[in-house]
Amino acid sequence: MQSADTPQQHDGPAPRVPLAVGQVIDGFRLEEHLHQGGMANLWRVSHPDHAIPMIMKIPRIKGGEDPATIVGFEVEQMILPMLRGVHVPQFIAKGDFTMQPYIVMEHIPGPSLRPRLDEAPLPVEEVASVGVRVAAALHDLHLQHVIHLDVKPSNIMFRPDGAAVMVDFGLSRHDHLPDLLDEEFTLPMGTGPYMSPEQVQFVRDEPRSDLFALGVMLYHLLTGQRPFGKPNTVRGLRERLYREPVPPRTLRPDCPPWLQEIILRCLEVDPASRHDTAAQLAFDLGHPDQVKLTARAERSSTGGRFDTFRRWFAAVGNEPKERGTASTHVTRHSIIMVAVDVAGASPGLMQTMRDTLERMLRTERSVRVACVTVMRTRRVGMDELTDKDGESIHVKRLVQLKHWARPLVQSLGLDDPARGAGVTYQVLEAPDPASAIVEFARRNAIDHIVMGARSSSAVRRFLGSVSARVVAESDCTVTVVREVAGREAG
Amino acid sequence: MKLALITDIHANREAFEAVLDEVERHGADAHALLGDFVGYGADPAWVVDRVRALVAAGAIAVKGNHDKAVVDGPRDTMNSDAQRAIEWTRGQLDAAQIDFLAKLPYTVERHGCLFVHANAYAPEQWEYVTGRAEAVRSLNATHVRYTFAGHVHDPQLYNLSGLGKIADFTPTPGVAIPVAPHRQWFVLPGSAGQPRDGNPAACWALFDTVRSELTFHRVPYDHDEAARKISAAGLPARLGERLKEGS
Repeated sequence: MQSADTPQQHDGPAPRVPLAVGQVIDGFRLEEHLHQGGMANLWRVSHPDHAIPMIMKIPRIKGGEDPATIVGFEVEQMILPMLRGVHVPQFIAKGDFTMQPYIVMEHIPGPSLRPRLDEAPLPVEEVASVGVRVAAALHDLHLQHVIHLDVKPSNIMFRPDGAAVMVDFGLSRHDHLPDLLDEEFTLPMGTGPYMSPEQVQFVRDEPRSDLFALGVMLYHLLTGQRPFGKPNTVRGLRERLYREPVPPRTLRPDCPPWLQEIILRCLEVDPASRHDTAAQLAFDLGHPDQVKLTARAERSSTGGRFDTFRRWFAAVGNEPKERGTASTHVTRHSIIMVAVDVAGASPGLMQTMRDTLERMLRTERSVRVACVTVMRTRRVGMDELTDKDGESIHVKRLVQLKHWARPLVQSLGLDDPARGAGVTYQVLEAPDPASAIVEFARRNAIDHIVMGARSSSAVRRFLGSVSARVVAESDCTVTVVREVAGREAG
Repeated sequence: MKLALITDIHANREAFEAVLDEVERHGADAHALLGDFVGYGADPAWVVDRVRALVAAGAIAVKGNHDKAVVDGPRDTMNSDAQRAIEWTRGQLDAAQIDFLAKLPYTVERHGCLFVHANAYAPEQWEYVTGRAEAVRSLNATHVRYTFAGHVHDPQLYNLSGLGKIADFTPTPGVAIPVAPHRQWFVLPGSAGQPRDGNPAACWALFDTVRSELTFHRVPYDHDEAARKISAAGLPARLGERLKEGS
């Protein structure tokens, strides 16, 4: 770290001495050499001012110029300090290239996802669970203006509660920082098997590149094979622009159609054909019964000349062009959750909620709508409701929910597959509607909750306001819809 | 040290005051003023006096082409609005103010940084750094890591890697950008008094020399008042109108 009052100036890198246990760099004591990778050494370090377990990452400067290592390390030094939250290791300190370059960050213990790759094929449930968690982590990065661009098992760790942690931001791109990698190299940047078609074409500002890489990883975990092999030439990399992957169900007959649908959608050559956001991908992986199946789900061979042509044609249409940024893209493709009390709300309120939603969706067509209703269950004892009764009420609520949404779906064409984003329906069974709504929104990275307020203040006093609690407890925008006065009779 | 970078004020008192308030709020402990204090706007005397006071207190200031034109008389290469503004400005300044502008240096090198109005390779020729080629040329003309310039009114950041690769970047206001000292950086904070990138808010930037971080800022100001004064002074109305559009 710098301490001088004026910028440091050196003519070349400082002379480097071999590092050893006990050595202290800017107050960080090297405790244990954990790992020597191709690009960097990892040391466990301690510091009197920092109690959390930490590692120091030190780039390996090979003889002479080694731009890939140096620039990648610089990129990580720029981006990691900008990131917050559980899906990244917490940044602690950095030292620049005029002295000893390093990054100190939180130590995420345990192996990466890499060893599980050797055990593939994995159970379908595990593949989906990994997918949901990694997609949630990617969505969090994208909301923070960062595209990872090197999603692969060795860059994914897990916290004890299961949350995925993305590591290694050496190839990443931040919307609001200069892209040091953009001009530096003449070869596509990424890891061969996982690189998206657009990365092969030098596009570095497409958040859905991360969804492609995740699709490659899920395909591998599911089938034990790589969808596009392990090419080590640019020509080999370009094959993914026109060659369809073997459908997972051909390799893994017990792969459910919904999972093939999701994975092949991730692997689409045109980013616009993939899920709009990582949150939408996570949503689909977490709600298999809501996945809209297309021809992808049933594909059983790599296709004849026509399919190759189809992919090639998409690739031709997909020559690099100016794109949006991680964050603008993500906000354009948000998920709106509408919580409808189909059993309790007045017809007037239900109508007002539909009207409100219609106004929102008229201006923004690529939003996904998650329709949710909560079916209250008792906190203890299910004796009053037999399973059978419970099931019939559940179905009844689902029917009511779809009935509520129908006018909206029809007038806006929400069901049209060409529109992409679509609409889903869920009946949540929970003792406490407010918690259920807040929890659902959090788990599914909902951007905006729309819900109704009870019209009678007497009832509100007696039952408490669900909407007030949702407003107070949820992380996202909440719109509380109130029935327009005088409409109640209608 | 936190160094505030302000350039191309162009006699816009409202913008300059708004920027200086923000600079103080951000805790800057030094100022670098990169030229074109006058020309276009209605308050040249006030702006020059304010700059003189800052320089007396230790601020860095360099000469811009409009400052030189006010001293020497307008050049034929200037557009007609600029020429009219220069003639009008000459009538607004007293001998001491003109003398202050006349004595401004073309470049200052301090704190390991170069401060210049146009570029490092020919500071008196006023060639614009509008692209990567000119940025490389300027960075190659100095040994320092950080060059701060004005003249170009749009905020932009160029960096030259150790391998000689140049990259450009249009900054997002308010985001601290790490500017590592082993690269060379060419920094255009953008115009305080006459922004032209479609955003009428005044530009400035803050360089934290200890953290090697650079933050571009925008601050809204009363451009309607600045425009009204331009019209009232009999200057071309277009000079006021463009402040409202940031064009």
